[in-house]
Amino acid sequence: MSAAPGAKTFVIDGVDASATPGQTILSAAREHNIFIPTLCHLEGLGDVGACRLCLVEVKGARRLLPACTTRVDEGMEVTTNSPRLADYRQMTMQLLFAERNHVCSVCVANNHCEMQSMATTLGMTHVEVPYRFPALTVDASHERFTLDHNRCILCTRCVRVCSEIEGAHTWDVMGRGIQSKVITDLDQPWGTSETCTSCGKCVQVCPTGALFQKNRTGERRGKDPSFLPYLRTMREEL
Amino acid sequence: MMSHEELEQTTAKVQQEQRAAGDRINVCVAAGCLSLHSDAVQKSLTDEAKKSGARCSVRGVGCMGLCSAGPVVSHEPAQAVAAEDKTTAQPTRLYGGVQPGHAAKIVASLNQEPVRELAIDTAMPFFAKQTKIVLENSGSINPESIEEYIAAGGYRALLRALHEMTPAEVVQEISASGLRGRGGAGYPTGLKWATVARAAGATKYVICNADEGDPGAFMDRSVLESDPHRVLEGMILAAYAVGASQGYIYLRAEYPLAVQRLGVAIREAKRMGLLGAEIAGTRMSLHLEIRLGAGAFVCGEETALIASIEGRRGTPQPRPPYPAESGLWNSPTLINNVETYANVSPILARGSAWYAAQGTAKSKGTKVFALSGKARNTGLIEVPMGMTLREIIFDIGGGVPAGHTFKAVQTGGPSGGCIPESLLDIPVDYDSLMQAGSIMGSGGMIVMDDSSCMVSVARFFMEFCMSESCGKCVPCRAGTAQMHGLLTRITEGVATHRDLDLLVRLCEMVGATSLCGLGQTAPNPVLSTLRYFKNEYLAHIEDKHCPAGVCECATTPAEVNA
Repeated sequence: MSAAPGAKTFVIDGVDASATPGQTILSAAREHNIFIPTLCHLEGLGDVGACRLCLVEVKGARRLLPACTTRVDEGMEVTTNSPRLADYRQMTMQLLFAERNHVCSVCVANNHCEMQSMATTLGMTHVEVPYRFPALTVDASHERFTLDHNRCILCTRCVRVCSEIEGAHTWDVMGRGIQSKVITDLDQPWGTSETCTSCGKCVQVCPTGALFQKNRTGERRGKDPSFLPYLRTMREEL
Repeated sequence: MMSHEELEQTTAKVQQEQRAAGDRINVCVAAGCLSLHSDAVQKSLTDEAKKSGARCSVRGVGCMGLCSAGPVVSHEPAQAVAAEDKTTAQPTRLYGGVQPGHAAKIVASLNQEPVRELAIDTAMPFFAKQTKIVLENSGSINPESIEEYIAAGGYRALLRALHEMTPAEVVQEISASGLRGRGGAGYPTGLKWATVARAAGATKYVICNADEGDPGAFMDRSVLESDPHRVLEGMILAAYAVGASQGYIYLRAEYPLAVQRLGVAIREAKRMGLLGAEIAGTRMSLHLEIRLGAGAFVCGEETALIASIEGRRGTPQPRPPYPAESGLWNSPTLINNVETYANVSPILARGSAWYAAQGTAKSKGTKVFALSGKARNTGLIEVPMGMTLREIIFDIGGGVPAGHTFKAVQTGGPSGGCIPESLLDIPVDYDSLMQAGSIMGSGGMIVMDDSSCMVSVARFFMEFCMSESCGKCVPCRAGTAQMHGLLTRITEGVATHRDLDLLVRLCEMVGATSLCGLGQTAPNPVLSTLRYFKNEYLAHIEDKHCPAGVCECATTPAEVNA
């Protein structure tokens, strides 16, 4: 088998691998069936490197690097898991769980939640940092969807899908730091948004119970973002 | 078109006017003294001079450094103004704490003995131990007059570079000078310039980062308020060196005086043909615009700053790509701090060898510090790299107030750390400060004495990082809030050893995993105080007692994580 022109060869977890020019570590790793945890990344959306779960060790690099935004260089040596990385990833999950009001048993996304399954996958058994339980609101003003800030992890998938795919840019982030929150238009009730097309893409890409469809219960409440890579591919090829 | 001859003509004209005006009374009208109403002092001095008919002029000038003695006024006798060799001339007199009511006395003293009760000893170490390069014009020229900047030697380096040097030679001079970024990280300036110069792209940008935001830091503000043309000249030289024709000065809106003076400076430089199209008759063009920051500390981080200029939310992006390769509107972008640009013109005017002869092996030149806190003399100082912290704090700063003992000095703002008495003899340079667990930073230097609680100090900086975090990445957004909560528990006297262990773990994790420098360095104030003042943490935890008497440690268990 001959490598494609310009292909990069590198080592990931001790295995020789190849990547196309410009390909990220995350993308190449997944092609080689190597698992790197992510929450803000979603196939088909631009990457922001915000959740920090995909940080990997790259030999010679001064710092840990996000696999989702770091491009493979020729000869790179990548380690995707180590006791140190596992510890940081668990702590990242703990920080997320403690940040708002994540009580799975009473959440609309229970058993259909990427955050919940990621915590399980990463072996998070308990939360050591104190829960903050901030007082947050729920916006149910939209006729079909609900926004529950209590479950939001600020991954900004909704912001990106709305801007990059739907082209409406209804969603954005306001405020700073721990006070940040996603908003529709200029922080108006979602139901009164003049830019929202009610396409529902934001709901489908939301990894938690922060955005959900009204009147969907039981097994019907799952989400399906699989339309995304399809849309992106279609647009790129047209 | 501006030529060398015209610069000399302007200089001669200004000097002639200044000689004709006789004695010179300079009033500091930079932010520090203005806040003490030095504008009223200037007005009454002007009125009084007119009334008395004395042969003198009253001018507003930039910062003279000793802010704690403000409002500061200096008096240059006529012989000193006219003298070619300033060292043998009659010395300038300096007055502090000047009120409008003192104007008559000062004007009356012009040819007499100085006004004793206001006099500041200009031979004291505060002045004698400084070396001024960046601040050489501060306090001696009118910041709103391009003619005075030119008369002080300004814009000659620019004209010489444009006419006699290639861009590559300019980069070479900066590299050879050993100048390192004064924004805090200390990246070699020449290397950065060379990268941008080499980068492919028809459009390149230069940016001046004037989003100074560290608590206690006012170096860039003072430079822009006192000598704005120095920064412009440095930027134009940089633009020439890297091949940029458009530039931005990202300046925080909280500095209205700097905004105004920089605006005047840009206008004046354009009028003189030193900025804009075809600078000094060459093919070099540079268009400069001011962009106002809306008060977010994180916008001092270069990728966030660029996002803000582009009109997007000011949040950092992962690097690489570095702005030198792909920055503003995806073009190669040179971004330097105010003080870095302020060093450029002197380096080109006097040569890289002259510059490299000052400072230490790896940190060349001088550094401007904003000395504040519990020191007798506070204000703006410039010292050669390599001076010890002890000399800065005890000689220049005059030590801590009587009845107190020195405890620590904080450098580097929220990214830096606290250095204890035992390490005061380390030289001030990028590498030594880092070894001591702090950083050079942009130049904030806060002196603390025994009345400061180090846990409380760490908590203050963590609160700052928590509220200034942009909220994009999880460790910085949620981690700083958790660390702040734990530090609060310690100051309240309700924390356990387990809380302290968790704090240390969070420090390591947030430092290692955060997206940008804000989160990566947010743990530094905690780590450095834990390293040197762990006993204070333990006193709060084990004895429920604050050794400095600052914290109100609860005697009853406080509500836990309500």
